[in-house]
Amino acid sequence: MEKNWMKPITPTVLNKDKLSVFKEQDVVPFRNRVKEYATRIGMGLVNQTKLITAASELVRNMLRYADGGETLIEVISKGRENGIRLTFTDKGPGIANIEQAMKDGFTTGKSLGLGLPGTKRLVSEFDIKSVVGKGTTVTVVKWKNG
Amino acid sequence: MHKFLFMKIEIARMLQKKKKQIIDLWMKNQLADSALRDDLMSNDELRAQSEELVDALLKKLTDDNLSNIESADFENVYEILGGISITRARQGFSPRETGLYIYSLKDALLSILQQEFKNDPVQLYEASMRVSKLIDSFGIVTFETFIKGREEIILRQTDEITEISTPVIRVWDGILALPIIGTLDSARTQVVMENLLQEIVNTGSSIAILDISGVPAVDSLVAQHLIKTVSATRLMGAECIISGIRPEIAQTVVHLGIDLSNVVTKATLASALKYAYSILQLEVRKKQNNLVKTN
Repeated sequence: MEKNWMKPITPTVLNKDKLSVFKEQDVVPFRNRVKEYATRIGMGLVNQTKLITAASELVRNMLRYADGGETLIEVISKGRENGIRLTFTDKGPGIANIEQAMKDGFTTGKSLGLGLPGTKRLVSEFDIKSVVGKGTTVTVVKWKNG
Repeated sequence: MHKFLFMKIEIARMLQKKKKQIIDLWMKNQLADSALRDDLMSNDELRAQSEELVDALLKKLTDDNLSNIESADFENVYEILGGISITRARQGFSPRETGLYIYSLKDALLSILQQEFKNDPVQLYEASMRVSKLIDSFGIVTFETFIKGREEIILRQTDEITEISTPVIRVWDGILALPIIGTLDSARTQVVMENLLQEIVNTGSSIAILDISGVPAVDSLVAQHLIKTVSATRLMGAECIISGIRPEIAQTVVHLGIDLSNVVTKATLASALKYAYSILQLEVRKKQNNLVKTN
């Protein structure tokens, strides 16, 4: 009981939506859906654009390296803050060295190598879990005023 | 066991023998239906189409494939079904009408079965189930073909939209503008780049303005495409300016860590045009009124 205050407050999920992304044509509808949710909770234009750009990066990564996967859009609330949580799950090859993948300019493809580190800078919270040969899960949170 | 096998042969053979009756009954049902579209297809045509289908089906129907809807024997039938579905869609039949057309064949077949097995409910049930399943799968094929036809139209339209939405505008002698609206994916960038480079050659322009006011989000892939387009333009000996960078896009690009410092960027198309004029050493001035004498 006395240790209760140390526990991080887990956000409550208010609303959620699942979308599969398996081809390039799925990217725009997914992004529009994210925008729809962000607008609904009253997120400002700048944060909205950051979130959508982050979503776009991650979804493209998923398409490029894992041939697509599942996305989950959640409206979450923690205390007085509302936000959007996006989860990207794929069954791709996985990332062997996450530390390296999170560095600016590192790429195994021919891209700019800014996708993962850039995305981290665009969102409030960023989490990546990957098992080689099994797949990767990326979770990002953008608070309304974060 | 023996009886079971024997019975299966019986269904296929029996139906083959009753071919004429099946067609007649089917036609009768169709012609009696109030939903008959004799405005779209003449009765003779309908009969020819129906006969072709029944013919193809009964010819290949055996004891085995009756319950195996994926059997290669039905390839011809599926082909005919696909053809019927597509021509009917073109003629203006709704998918519902095409579906009902196939399902009305089931009614005819089931009536024949009923006549034949009226004293043996177990066999009747067995036979009806098999025939039902087969015709149901035929129905699904017609829908699939119908949807495939629609999807082809959508894909074609997507291509057309890509073409339409990337016009290269000659705003001044030597200055081209290219307003980009929507998302820049790889295919789109290819079209944009091709159009722009070709137009630079055609007009001998030395400045190209890429306006991204209509691009909803600039992620690293879009940025990469933009940088590539700029480099290609420079190789052609022209200068490329990117305009229409909105405040929220500017912030996002900075956070992402994309370096656009090698590219001339402007907030609006107007300022880009002004910059282009200054490169070409042109000046836009308000006309002086000659009649005013200030002294």
